[in-house]
Amino acid sequence: MSKSPRTINSQESFDALLAGSAFGQCSVLFIGNGIYQLLGGQRPEPLGVKNYALGFSALSDYDVNLIYCSKSQLQLLNMHISELIIPATQLTDYEINQLIVQHDKVLSF
Amino acid sequence: MKFAIVVHGAPYVDQASRSAYLFARSVIQEGHEIYRIFFYHDGVYNANLLSVPPQDEAHIESEWATLGREHHLDMVVCISSALRRGMLNKTESERYERDGVNINPIFTVSGLGQLVDAAIQADKLVTFGV
Repeated sequence: MSKSPRTINSQESFDALLAGSAFGQCSVLFIGNGIYQLLGGQRPEPLGVKNYALGFSALSDYDVNLIYCSKSQLQLLNMHISELIIPATQLTDYEINQLIVQHDKVLSF
Repeated sequence: MKFAIVVHGAPYVDQASRSAYLFARSVIQEGHEIYRIFFYHDGVYNANLLSVPPQDEAHIESEWATLGREHHLDMVVCISSALRRGMLNKTESERYERDGVNINPIFTVSGLGQLVDAAIQADKLVTFGV
């Protein structure tokens, strides 16, 4: 997931993640502006936009427990892991590379 | 080799749709199989039946339709993305009582399950679009 939360694409990406989890094991990786999707305290309601990020807390109900984010991006954005809505494993750029290699298919959003 | 192709970009807005089309054509020319082409996000606009580009410019939507027809491709448009963006086939137009149909019938309108199925069944999945 690489886009910021206030795009419809991010909301649709989340739908794709849920769809994927119904068929098989899915990991989700947040990189670039995608990290903002995990930021706690979002209140998009005044924009008239659905707060789909509330759904992240329910990911474990969908057996999506492999949640990763980019360590370098967290640092770049001056964010701390404790500010995220859900626990995510920080990965170095090399580990991100390895994560991708370990998976059969990668859907990019 | 079996390919799944995912298109996120609308025609003309950036190069994604054009690159996806050229890639799809090359996959076929090289003798490989396209398992499915799945149009998501703004990619659903590639199924537009009503676009009228200038005569001296390429007509991307029409090129997709021709490719699909000639090679009997499974080209799927995501129903939730399409509805949200006002892209409707006959069934959805009737269901939601809208005054028009703008999805080329060569495209199937279906759900995200088709995307996931394509990801599982194909040897390689390639995504075009930011």
